[in-house]
Amino acid sequence: MAVDLDRCTGCEACVVACHAENNIPTVGPTEAARGRAMHWIRVERYWEGEFPDVQLKFKPVMCQHCDEAPCEPVCPTYASSHTSEGLNAQIYNRCIGTRYCANACSYNVRFFNFSSPVWDKPLHLQLNPDVSAREMGVMEKCTFCIQRINTGKIEAKAAGEPLKDGDIKPACVQSCTANALVFGDLNDPDSHVSQLSRSPRGSKLLEELGTKPKVTYLQRESWDERSEYEPDRAKSSTK
Amino acid sequence: MNPETDNRLADDLLRPVLHTSRGFYIAVALFSSIVLCGAATWGYQIYYGIGVTGYNWPVFWAFHETNFVFWIGISHAGTLISAILRIVNATWRRPVTRCAEVITAFALMIGAMFPLIHLGRPWLAWWLIPYPSERGLWPNYRSPLVWDFFAINTYLTASLLFLILPALPDFALIRDRTTGWRKRVYSILSMGWHGTPKQWHRLESAMHIMALAIIPIAVSVHTIVSFDFSMALVPMWHSTIFGPYFVAGAIFSGIAALIIVMALLRKLLHLEAYLLPLHFQNLGKLMLTMSLLWGYFVFNERLTIWYGNSPHEMTVFWSTQTGKYAPLFWTMVLCNFVIPFPLLTIKRLRSITATVIASCGVVVGMWLERFLIIVPSLSRKAASFSWGSYTPRWPEIVIMVASFAGMALLYLLFSKLMPIISIWELKVGQHPQIKSAAKVQDAEAAGELV
Repeated sequence: MAVDLDRCTGCEACVVACHAENNIPTVGPTEAARGRAMHWIRVERYWEGEFPDVQLKFKPVMCQHCDEAPCEPVCPTYASSHTSEGLNAQIYNRCIGTRYCANACSYNVRFFNFSSPVWDKPLHLQLNPDVSAREMGVMEKCTFCIQRINTGKIEAKAAGEPLKDGDIKPACVQSCTANALVFGDLNDPDSHVSQLSRSPRGSKLLEELGTKPKVTYLQRESWDERSEYEPDRAKSSTK
Repeated sequence: MNPETDNRLADDLLRPVLHTSRGFYIAVALFSSIVLCGAATWGYQIYYGIGVTGYNWPVFWAFHETNFVFWIGISHAGTLISAILRIVNATWRRPVTRCAEVITAFALMIGAMFPLIHLGRPWLAWWLIPYPSERGLWPNYRSPLVWDFFAINTYLTASLLFLILPALPDFALIRDRTTGWRKRVYSILSMGWHGTPKQWHRLESAMHIMALAIIPIAVSVHTIVSFDFSMALVPMWHSTIFGPYFVAGAIFSGIAALIIVMALLRKLLHLEAYLLPLHFQNLGKLMLTMSLLWGYFVFNERLTIWYGNSPHEMTVFWSTQTGKYAPLFWTMVLCNFVIPFPLLTIKRLRSITATVIASCGVVVGMWLERFLIIVPSLSRKAASFSWGSYTPRWPEIVIMVASFAGMALLYLLFSKLMPIISIWELKVGQHPQIKSAAKVQDAEAAGELV
């Protein structure tokens, strides 16, 4: 996945879409104030500069699907494990709720079902049948909409055609009005997301920790350098 | 051997086993009701979820894990101390070893409850057991929690053996001195002990092997408990010093618990003639050594982090030195170092009361130490947007209080099962040859011959 911070408007459509797609419970204001809110993707807000010259920056953060994920080795039951495709999967049925993975995760993108999940009416009528609801005591997190990835693969196979770049879109990518989120196959060097991941504007979150995250954040070095920004630089540098 | 002293020893030390006062029943009722409250609270937490506690995102570990490390730490009292004292053949150990071994066994049982209590789905805890599962489910051996499972089980088995082995002659003594149902129960417990030279010889070799084996086991257990933290990429957890730091802290808190328990036993069971000021002084000196060692580790840990000046670690560092957690941190330093140091260093001050005061401080301080390792790091992880905080709510506090009541209850009930001071070991100590050797040792220990 690639996230273009220069495009993100902070509208949080991705957050809403993610909740709807993945059957994420809403915990209500009291529990949210206690720190029990669950947002597999969140939009972080950063204020930069001194008043009145202030700028607001948004940063959507979801599971970074690290190649060296700190959450994986610590899970005693393999609930957190790597798939053959390189996704960092969370197997809800195996989770016994030690919460060790969430402690080990440097990005705090894992969420625990502190109590039984509830969906305020009429949200309970629109649960997605493709995604299992998680019970109390289980850890959950962004899956890159693995149900959509699997459906896409099955449909392509049924049609007898190879998967094309951009065929599969997680809910957040699909709902992003500014096209700030790009999803695709990083193993394919020509895919849009691969090209963006090599962009000079690109960086990884907390890269220095060595977790090898798979999400690339694209950003001009500074907002003051707006005039020097060339949209085509990203493409030309891939050559 | 003098049959008169023999009988006096047996009478004095068997009295608590054979005769029960009204105070005992009141105490048992009190502690049982607290334990029941704790069990009910745990049931409530299982039914409604971890959400009833103060746990939150991102502080996923707090009181339960603090208590886990604390109780496993206390369990190092016993076995380790009694094993070391046996190996170096310190004669003053004789009245102390069993009290210590009992603490180990019970603290370990209570400590091992907390990993179950803290689980989101405790009914699935058996998934940590490597059994041939038709689902191909096997525990993840890379996880420190699985190491914990094996380490604690090994230590529990070893410390129970270490407690029961030297109890056989005493069980046989009770069997020989009682009638009726007691005789039947203790015949089974004493496993056919008749005190033949062969049996004594075997007991001696077995105890020697156990004493040697249990030291590496005890060290590994608390090292593995420290690995729960140091293996994770969390600021101020990911540290190479944690293994020895935790082991030192565990022995430190273990000695403190032992001193408190001994003082209580001395008062309640009228053992003034057996648990002497000398024992408290010697244990006080051991505790002083551990206090210095603990202070040395904390200084090392803090200095290297401060000097390294890595931003993520410095955030946690300052939150404990001057920030939100500073009051707790400096209370810990006060309890673990500032109070015990003068009380245990100055010979004139090192009385029973003083060692007990110092020990109470150390128990509080070491609990705070574990809390300060877990919570500040989790609330200030590298991702600064998601910083958080933690305030306990009543369920984890009730469960914690119940764990202390549980310890008291188990200890009380145990004092009815077995003499809390090993009778046969005291008798051996009364042997003229051993006694004269012991006198020299004790005098040396008291600093009279130096």
